[in-house]
Order: sequence, then C-alpha cells, then structure tokens
Amino acid sequence: MSTVEAHSGEDHGHHHKETFVTKYIFSQDHKMISKQYLITGLFMGIIGIAMSLLFRLQLAWPEQPFGIFEVLLGKWAPNGVMDPNVYLALVTIHGTIMVFFVLTAGLSGTFSNLLIPLQIGARDMASGLLNMISYWLFFLSSVIMVFSLFVEAGPAAAGWTIYPPLSALPQAQPGSGLGMTLWLVSMAIFIASSLLGSLNYIVTVINLRTKGMSMTRLPLTIWAFFITAVIGVVSFPVLLSAALLLIMDRSFGTSFFLSDIFIQGEVLHYQGGSPVLYEHLFWFLGHPEVYIVLLPALGITSEIIATNARKPIFGYRAMVASILAIAFLSTIVWGHHMFVSGMNPFLGSVFTFTTLLIAIPSAVKAFNYITTLWKGNLQLNPAMLFSIGLVSTFITGGLTGIILGDSTLDINVHDTYFVVAHFHLVMGISALYGLFAGVYHWFPKMFGRMLNKNLGYIHFWITAVSAYGVFFPMHFIGMAGLPRRYYTNTAFPYFDDLADINVLITLFALLAGAAQIVFLYNFIHSMYYGKPTEQNPWKSNTLEWTAPIKHIHGNWEGEIPHVHRWAYDYSKPGHEEDFVPQHIPLKKGEQELQH
Amino acid sequence: MNIALVFTVLVLVAISLWQITKIFELSQAKKEDNQVANDNDNNLNGKLMFAFLLFIYGITIFSFWSYGDVFLPEAASEHGADYDQLMWISFAIILVVQTITQALLHYFAYKYRGKKGNKALFYADNDKLEMIWTVIPVIVLAGLILYGLYTWTDIMNVEENDEALVVELYAQQFNWKARYAGEDGVLGDANVRFLQDFDGRNLVGIDATDPNGFDDVVVQELHLPVGREVIFKMRSQDVLHSAYMPHFRAQMNCVPGMITEFAFTPTLTTEEMRLNPDMVAKVKKINKIRVENSKELIAKGEEALEPYEFDYMLLCNKICGASHYNMQMKIIVESKEDFEKWMEQQQTFAEVIQ
Repeated sequence: MSTVEAHSGEDHGHHHKETFVTKYIFSQDHKMISKQYLITGLFMGIIGIAMSLLFRLQLAWPEQPFGIFEVLLGKWAPNGVMDPNVYLALVTIHGTIMVFFVLTAGLSGTFSNLLIPLQIGARDMASGLLNMISYWLFFLSSVIMVFSLFVEAGPAAAGWTIYPPLSALPQAQPGSGLGMTLWLVSMAIFIASSLLGSLNYIVTVINLRTKGMSMTRLPLTIWAFFITAVIGVVSFPVLLSAALLLIMDRSFGTSFFLSDIFIQGEVLHYQGGSPVLYEHLFWFLGHPEVYIVLLPALGITSEIIATNARKPIFGYRAMVASILAIAFLSTIVWGHHMFVSGMNPFLGSVFTFTTLLIAIPSAVKAFNYITTLWKGNLQLNPAMLFSIGLVSTFITGGLTGIILGDSTLDINVHDTYFVVAHFHLVMGISALYGLFAGVYHWFPKMFGRMLNKNLGYIHFWITAVSAYGVFFPMHFIGMAGLPRRYYTNTAFPYFDDLADINVLITLFALLAGAAQIVFLYNFIHSMYYGKPTEQNPWKSNTLEWTAPIKHIHGNWEGEIPHVHRWAYDYSKPGHEEDFVPQHIPLKKGEQELQH
Repeated sequence: MNIALVFTVLVLVAISLWQITKIFELSQAKKEDNQVANDNDNNLNGKLMFAFLLFIYGITIFSFWSYGDVFLPEAASEHGADYDQLMWISFAIILVVQTITQALLHYFAYKYRGKKGNKALFYADNDKLEMIWTVIPVIVLAGLILYGLYTWTDIMNVEENDEALVVELYAQQFNWKARYAGEDGVLGDANVRFLQDFDGRNLVGIDATDPNGFDDVVVQELHLPVGREVIFKMRSQDVLHSAYMPHFRAQMNCVPGMITEFAFTPTLTTEEMRLNPDMVAKVKKINKIRVENSKELIAKGEEALEPYEFDYMLLCNKICGASHYNMQMKIIVESKEDFEKWMEQQQTFAEVIQ
C-alpha cells in the first residue's frame, strides 16, 4: 500500500530518479512489468511452438530422418532420427511451456498487470515490490525450465502431468533424473510467482478502484482477471504440495505416491503410497488451470467485441454470473480427468454431473457474444477477428467436452487424439487467440505505436484456417482409437490408414508456425517503427485510454479520473458519438443502465 | 496419391493466401497510414468471415467424407452397443449446435460488418433471452447426464459371479501379460516381491504359498471366449499403464500398488470381425498402403512389409516411457470350444515352477 500512497500525491514521478536498471529491469511499474511478462511469454512461446513443429514432423514422417533434428537435438537425434525419449520430452516441455509459461504467465501476467490499474483507475498495483518479485520469480523459473533442456539425460519426459511413478523413478526413463528435478524446482518457483501475482491482483481490484468504479461498473476484463486470480490462489498451492511430496518421494525415500514397484530387476522399498492420490492433487489445480488460462482470454474478448461492435456487451450481469459459476464449478470437476484411473465409479458419476454443468455458463457466454455482434457496426480490426475466432474455437472445442466430460463416453476416447483435439481448441487455441487479440488491441497502450493491420489480417486468416486444419482431423484419428503420446503409429499396422491424416495435420501445423513469424515481425518492427498511436485509437470507453500515451509513473497526471457509468455505453441513444467513456458524467436526465 | 491430393490442396491454399495478401494491399490504394480498420477492411474481412463459415462446414464434411470410415469402428462387446448409441446421440446434438452457432457467429460478423455512418443498436440486456439459453442447455444436459450415468453404472458395476471368466492383465515396461484364474476361478495372491522367485519364471509374481495360484495360467496372448463375461483385474509392476481395448470400448489404468477392474462381454469373434464389411474395406485399404510403402522399402534394399490381417488389440494408453508406443498384446476372441482347447495347451503355474 505504501507504494501507492507514495505516488498518490501531486508530485508523483518527480521524487524517483530512475536509472536504466530501475526503469527497464527491476522496475516496480506495472506497465513495464506487463511488457516484461509479455516478452518473456512470447520468447517461451517460440520455444513451445517450435517443439510442437518438431514432433509433428516426426509424427507425419516417422521413418524419415530430418537434418533439422540433428541440428537442434544433437546426440538425441543421431543421423536425424529422433529418439523416442526425446519425442516424449518434446511433448512434455511443449505442454508445460504452453500451459504455464505462455498462457498463464504470458497471458494473465501481461494483461492483468497492464489493465488492472489502468482500467480501475489506480496509480499502480497494491504492492509494486511484490509485483516485481512475482515477475522475477517467473523469469527465474523460465530460465530453469529452459536450462533443463540442456542436461545430459534430457529434460522431463513424463508428460506435462508428470504422473508418478514414471516421473518419480530415474530408472523408468532418462528424463526422470536431473531433468525432472529441474522441472519440479522450476514449477515450484513458478507457483510462488503466480501466487504473489494473484494476491496482488485481488488486493488491487478490491481496494484501489477509483471513485465511482463500483464492482458493477467494472469492465469484464477486470472481472475475469479478478476471478482468475482467486481460482489461482485456491488451486495453485495444491499443485505446490503435490510437487513437494513428489520431490520427497524422489529424493528422501518417502512413499506418498509409490507402492509395490519392481523395476530394472529390483524390488523398491516403497509401500502404501498411491499414484491416484497424486492425480487428485495434480488435477485439483490442473482443471482450474484450464480456466486460469481461458477466463482472461474471455475477459479480453468481451472487452474487444463490445468496443469493436460499437455495442454494449450483451447481458453484462449474465456474463459476470457465468464467470462466477465457471470459477466455482471449475474447482469441483477435476475428477473427469480420472474416470479410468481406478477411482471409485461412484465418484465418476459425481464428476460427470458437475462437469456437464459447466456447459451451461459456457453456453450463456457464447450466446451473449453472438448476440453482441447482432446489429452491431463491426469494426473488423485484427483484435476483433481474433476475438470472433476465439468464440468460434471455444464453441467447436467446448462442444466435444460434452463427450469427454461424460464418464461413459470418456472410456473409449480417454487419452486419444480426440482429447488432444478438444483441449487444444477449447483452451489452447482459444486462449492463444485471446493473447493475440489482447496484443493487437493494447499494443498502442503498451508501446505507444500501432501494429500493422494488414500483417495482422494475414496473421489471423492463416492462423484461423490452419488451426482448424490441424485440430479438426484429430477428432477422427482419436475416434479411430489412436492414443496420444505415441512416438510413431507404425507399431500398429491397424493405424496405417491414418498416416495421410497425420501428414495433412503436420502441413497445416507448419503453415500455422509460418504465420506466427508474420506476427513476430510485426511485433518487433512496430515496436520501433509502427505508426504512433492516437490517444484513443479504438474509441474505447475504458479508463486506460484516458491515461497519457507516454508512460508515466502513477499513470495519470494530476487527479485520477472518476467514473460515472459502466464501460459499455456504446452507441447509446442521445449521444453524438458512438461511445461514452466511463469518466464522462451522466447528462442531465440520462439514466444509467440498470444492470 | 492422397499425399499428392493434400499437397495440391495446400498449394491452392497458399495461392489463395497470396491472393488475399494482394487484395489487402490493393484495398489500401489510398496509401493512408491508418492502422484502424476502415470500410474496405470491414468489407473484406466481413466477407472472409462468411467464407470462413463455409470453410468450417467444408472441413467438417470433408473429414466425415474421407475419414468417416475410421470413425468409431464396429463395437465388439455387449455394452459397446449402448456406448455407441450414447456417442451418436451426443454427436448429433454437437453437430446441430455447432452448425447453428457457427452460422450465427460468422453470419453476423459478415452481415453487420461496419460502415462509416452506421450506428449499432443499443441493446444491452434481455432477461427472456438469457433465460432461453440457460434453460435449453439445462434440459439437453439433464437428458445427457441421466442417460450417461445410467450407462456408466451399468458398465462399471462389476459383480463377481461364477459364470464370469476372471483374467488378470499385468502391465510392465513395455509389455503385457495375462493371467487366467484356472479351474478354481480364483486368482492366487501376487506381489512384485515374488517376481524374482524361481529364477524369474514367476512372471507376474504369484505367491507360491497360496494354493489358489497353482492352477493359474500366465500367457502373452489374450484369448477370450465369445459371449461370456470377462472380469479383468489390472495390475502394474512399475509405472502407470492403461489397458485400452478400443474395439470393446474398454479402458482402465493399471496402477502399481492397487488392483483396478473392468468387465465386458465380447460379442464378435476375431473371425467374425474380419468378415465385417467395414473391416474388410479397412484392411484392404491398409494393405494397399502397405504395398505402396513396401515398394519404397524394396527400392532401398529392405524387406517388404507383411500383409496385414485384422486382430483385436490391447494398447497401452498411459505414457509409460520410451517404448510406450509399442506396448501391445494381441487379443483373440474365439468360440468356447476353441478357447478351452487353447487353454488346455497352456502350462499352469504349478507346472511352470516345477
């Protein structure tokens, strides 16, 4: 709090003498921290996506040696033939990086930091120091995760869920040695970072809203970030405990998750533990994590769709209610990852029930987005395209959840490519679209310059086509019974007829990868040479666009604007312009919408 | 042939992308440096949104058309029919909802593409509409949940009975073994501690002091009699594995330190399945591909691939290490007589350890 008080006076910005180090490296300013999150996240994203392209090449042409494998993987791909352990390492680290480092830290970290103070009208986060520590812990965990790629026996390779005993026993696979230790250390630090960040977001939203910014006037972005932070605080510590217990099993001989094991000609001493316990602990975070990734993307989308449709978001109250409902339900559905784990079938019934309930608030959200478009005056900026794209993949991917969430149907598609298709569309691609939409929309706010829109259009359309091209056919190979995490399908002649589909998927994946180069070029180029932005380029209502373009400590010169209306007065009758920013007082006799 | 087709499609996609880029450039004829969408952008992207709807429909139809034959192969177990029915109902609902919602989303994006001077409708709320799209999913989901739970209980409710055949599936990195309970119908106690007894001949760690285990039979190929319930008891000796038998709509994890269960009744023998018209077509297709691939192998001086004949299979479906992708066991479903004949030829545990 003290930081905020220090900045709340008239003379903020003057009493600090900023050096390069305090401004760009150990900055406590939320705007700089948000940029740090974004750039670190994008860097990790490049690694994660590049890995997926490598294993897609392997899956499409399993017998074919690739020179690129030898260049990038060295002794793990002798003569360009990928080692099966390396394949598993690639899928493991791809999953870990994309879920945690890109779509949790890169998405939530970037936009919560940028938008929470700016949209609620605060000088900064409640604690700038904690915020800075949060980023640097994230940075440290990223460094350790990347470092783990270079250890002798290879990085963790037990799948991103790292189920023991596979992850607990170095005898079980090479990646479960030092690589797994580093994975666990990296994740423990990541969780600490995430907790510090989340606590800060929660406190800031509750305490530091400007005058007039009641909870019912909060933009939906803030609602989403706020609730996401709450879910994170509730569920991340459970993953930390799972990681700690696993570390103890690995290093100190305890038996939390292990029992009755014979491996490499040896009976191990472990007695009485259960891997199923680990699965419960993991998914107690693991499932809410899906919404930690997705809700910020949906929040960003709500804001962007309303702004660009020049219409109020349809059903504000229902949108908030559905965020709350999703958040609540997300913590009691984890068991749907465990229908065939050996847990009591009765539990399976309970989790089927709660899981399918989540479809209701999700459906409400989807219909509200669609209705927001109806009779709008749609400004199809790249951010808007990505937002509409998000709704599309959210629906396509979400609907197959009805099959996977149903314990009966899960029996035969569990852990097949059907699952891969489902979660990549509903949380992977959707959240990635949310990230892109956010970058296109708030780039001017972050860097004072505009991204090139034509490159943005090219980026979107290639990505949109190839995302469906990659994941739609996967439903079919999954339904055919093809398990995920197979190094090659050639061990089963029964799957020979799926080889063509795998080639098609890989070609689309390469196309999608190429489209991201367009984005990266646009991003870096526009940072330095983009067109300087106007004050409020998208004619948006939210408060961040009233802050000066050039970033200053404390966000606003002079007094923080007061808020007089909700964030969605677009095309309101009785006003000249088709938008009325939140800080404009109500006209005489003007009714604030009862929502 | 198919790869050629795929490449053609990709080339066409690439060309159209190039064209789109051109169009974007031409639409910027005025050379204004404004990075906010203008009427031209809205117009073009709105139309592309509509085209994208057609693309989604196209890829759906294309996928069902060309990959429909691999989709959910014929079920070979008693509960498989119920499973498939629930699956098709769910799929029908999904397809209907998908078709309608994607149409609305993309059509609106096209129809209401922005134009200077237009004003959007100020329409913020409608409780009636919210109610409609809350209640309709509630009703549909209630139906699906009830139906699903009913089927689930039916499948998972494994009751021990004298008729059923008891088989243990034993998983280890990276192979499967099966143990039959023998004439007494009871599996002998077992634990990994006993694996090293009898110079490694005790393949699944049967406790030699438990008389129930003497007539147990351990094999590397799973034989099942048609029409008789099989109760599987799963064990693993090292890491998690998952016993996945897609044709029987069956899957259960194998967890070290505990015994998990699954039961089903096979309804089609291997021979019958081989004669199933869909399977005949699939096998024909696979063999065509294998002949093609063999040509390349022979050219490289390697051996040709064996022709493929259908067999039921048990796959490992939980990541378990380097050879996870090749952890499999053949399953043969046969008549009761053939099964018994086969069983007689197998050695019991007592015979193995003598």
